[in-house]
Amino acid sequence: MKTDISKLLQKNHKQILEDWMTNQLADASLREDLMSNEELGEQSQELLSALLKSINDKNLNDVQSEEFENVYEILSGISMSRARQGYTPRETGMFVLSLKQAIIGTLTKMLKNDPQALVDASFKMNNLLDSLSIMTFETFIKSREEVILRQTDEISEISTPVIRVWDGIVALPIIGTLDSSRTQVVMEALLQEIVESGSTIAILDISGVPAVDSLVAQHLIKTVAATRLMGAECIISGIRPEIAQTVVHLGIDLSNIVTKASLASALRHAFGILQLEVQKKQKDKTVR
Amino acid sequence: MDRIPILRMGQYLLVTIQIDLYDRLATNLESDLVQAVSKTGARGVLIDISALSIVDSFMGRILNNIGSMSKIMDAETVVVGMQPAVAITLIELGLELKGVHTALNVEKGMELLAAKINSAYEDPDEDEAGTE
Repeated sequence: MKTDISKLLQKNHKQILEDWMTNQLADASLREDLMSNEELGEQSQELLSALLKSINDKNLNDVQSEEFENVYEILSGISMSRARQGYTPRETGMFVLSLKQAIIGTLTKMLKNDPQALVDASFKMNNLLDSLSIMTFETFIKSREEVILRQTDEISEISTPVIRVWDGIVALPIIGTLDSSRTQVVMEALLQEIVESGSTIAILDISGVPAVDSLVAQHLIKTVAATRLMGAECIISGIRPEIAQTVVHLGIDLSNIVTKASLASALRHAFGILQLEVQKKQKDKTVR
Repeated sequence: MDRIPILRMGQYLLVTIQIDLYDRLATNLESDLVQAVSKTGARGVLIDISALSIVDSFMGRILNNIGSMSKIMDAETVVVGMQPAVAITLIELGLELKGVHTALNVEKGMELLAAKINSAYEDPDEDEAGTE
């Protein structure tokens, strides 16, 4: 006699859900700070219903079956939201794996008298749930990577602000390592701003650059040369002592470029070129 | 059209490149400009490339050549209005245009030319600057 596993499971829907919830709540990695128990219960309920609805005796052997599409969808949604909320892979994995325990537990109880059927059913359910957990991991990692990619974009965007410090003077503080793709972004932003503001002086502040090697220096020289081609003068400021040391040790020639130790002295130099003068306001105490 | 007009204004020559240069046009411009410098005795050459959006290594070399040729004929060259994309391309090609001066726009270019010419000629002969 063959036992219908799917019917059996559907009949014990409530029992499985209860066991599953108990398993999850008992687990040490439960994150009550990220998700309330009610919310967790709803998620579990939704996934289990979808799984039991799409399960039947035929597709139990075929985990790739189209009938599981709905389950996959729900599961990837859950996995994605967990990745964004900051769950660890272990906690996300436990969500699916604890379902397996609950289902196998129920099956063991129901099929106590038929060991052959029990082995058969456990094997199939194992396969199915394993593929579900693999899927969970895949989606989890994919959404994590998306998060990283988005942050990389954001960083490169916020790290190239071109500031108008004065009429005709723009400054660009560079923070973080300069690589060729970043140099491109920096250069484009700087040249664009020079055209838009009609500035004749650009100050490139590298006090936020952690290290200058020959490649970075070459990028800097390129940027300065491009600025000159546009008809503006470029000053490099924020040369820290360590950077000065490495530049000289590497034999990089920066003598054709105006370099200043701090942004303030670069600005003073720029004022000099524009023939501007900064003066302290004279307070006239004799008036009243 | 296979020639770019060269306008004379006082002691300066003005060239505005309004179309994308092809090689023939560029070599013509080079020889015409040198001829014009010698004929008019111009002291400064201003080349406006603000409409130029495509540049290659040949164009970069022509610009450089014009600068060097004018220099030995005692005229300063200013290239004005370069597009950011053009500047980046030239740098990536390794052409820094060392022989020419650059300015952001025509106005600043003229100022620069005037300053260059006046500073070079202030001491030997003061009348030179005023003969326009």
